Amino acid sequence: MTEALSGEDVAKQIGERFPNAVTDFDETAVFIRGEDVLDVARFLKEAPGLEFDYLTSITAVDYSEHFEVVYHLTSIKNNHSIVLKVRCYDRDNPRLPSVVSLWQGADFQEREVYDLMGIAFDGHPNLKRIFLWHGFAGHPLRKDFQGNV
Amino acid sequence: MFKTEPIMINFGPQHPSTHGVFRMRITFDGERIVDLEPIFGYLHRGIEKLGESKTYAQIIPYTDRLDYLASMTNNHAYVLAVEKLAGIEVPERAEYLRVIMAELMRIASHLMTVGFMLNEMGAFFTPLLYMWREREKILDLFEMVCGQRLTYNYMRIGGVSHDIPEEFMPALRRFIDEMPGFIDEYDQLLAENEILLARTKGVGILPAEKAINCSVSGPVLRASGVKWDLRKADPYSVYDRFDFEIPTCQNGDVYDRYRMRILEMRQSVRIIEQAMAQLPGGEFRAKVPATLRPPKGEAYGHVEGPKGELGFYLVSDGSPNPYRFHIRAPALLNLTVLRDLCVGRLLADALVILGSIDICMGEVDR
Repeated sequence: MTEALSGEDVAKQIGERFPNAVTDFDETAVFIRGEDVLDVARFLKEAPGLEFDYLTSITAVDYSEHFEVVYHLTSIKNNHSIVLKVRCYDRDNPRLPSVVSLWQGADFQEREVYDLMGIAFDGHPNLKRIFLWHGFAGHPLRKDFQGNV
Repeated sequence: MFKTEPIMINFGPQHPSTHGVFRMRITFDGERIVDLEPIFGYLHRGIEKLGESKTYAQIIPYTDRLDYLASMTNNHAYVLAVEKLAGIEVPERAEYLRVIMAELMRIASHLMTVGFMLNEMGAFFTPLLYMWREREKILDLFEMVCGQRLTYNYMRIGGVSHDIPEEFMPALRRFIDEMPGFIDEYDQLLAENEILLARTKGVGILPAEKAINCSVSGPVLRASGVKWDLRKADPYSVYDRFDFEIPTCQNGDVYDRYRMRILEMRQSVRIIEQAMAQLPGGEFRAKVPATLRPPKGEAYGHVEGPKGELGFYLVSDGSPNPYRFHIRAPALLNLTVLRDLCVGRLLADALVILGSIDICMGEVDR
């Protein structure tokens, strides 16, 4: 059984290394500041005992007052998992550091989040729309998207 | 003096070898591929957005239309995620039926993969029709339980839509008795076929570390030697009650990815046999309110599909519709490695590599 690590434990470990990075945690997830994503992700990937070598999924949710980017991380080596979440409050120009340099599997998923939710990832090697065409106006998965859906 | 320059061609989106409307922008230096960019979106129907305006039960037929060669698996992953979100207990009989259907689906999907891969090597439709012969029997079985042959809409939140009819078990028994012989037949025809070996051995090698780093899953990951299968690593339904192996290969080339499918079909037969023997009586569906309102919260449910880890991430705000409905599509993520596997090879290799990754555009584009 893949063990879902407790958010509190992982938050504590992150906090020891990056004192200001963690903003909140719950049973299964750790909330961190946007600017620390890359550092924290590298720590989670490399720290002995954690070793989250597998990026299961990246997605985003629009909670209207903020976006929440959700990273599901798994360690194939240790068979455990954790959910990492980042809140973006800037609606006009939400940006986060890209994690493609750590997990190449983030490539298409970050492009998907950018395309459908409109969150940009700094440092992504090829950030452009993935499903919709170049001239498409807006990002359909946002709750305020006005379109024929 | 000769002047040379790279040439770029568009491969697809309408091409029989791209498994649907998929386009690759390939740059060649002479006959060698120097760059390849996959281009998606031709089949994008916005299923995630549509899901936000449907009730939890209404979404099930939409999941059929993701990977339409493995609809049962999509149903399965989705209902598991909803049941996790709403905390619903599923009757044992339903879980066994789901496992039987999911494993039949895996066999059907792998048959198609192997058949089409051989098509791409130039064995035009002869092997594929052999595989189709067996797939047809699986579709007949599915037709018995739900009346459909492609988009089954069979699983329900809390169980399955119908119990199996009387004629199902004898037909399944017949199929399970025959199938190992058919797998042997493919193996004899293919495993040591000189052309197949020449076209697949050492082609498109994917090292294990790279596979993990690229979020690759399913048979493609295991062909590179990573023993990771959610049926064992994170058992769902009743998979922890069966005795089966997780086959792996070592080289991670196209041949190994082909082998993986043959080996996995054998294991699926094993699982179905045990599930048939253990199948308990009782209810096939739990009592679930017609309009389900899961409590506020979120859940991620996943299964080991024929193509890899298929996951559904659901966020509920307490209303009858999901607030967010995200699909973790294995076929899209497995394509992450396509460029790196193809660079330096010929166009003919690229097609075989694409075939060995096994994509379905319904799932890639959603």
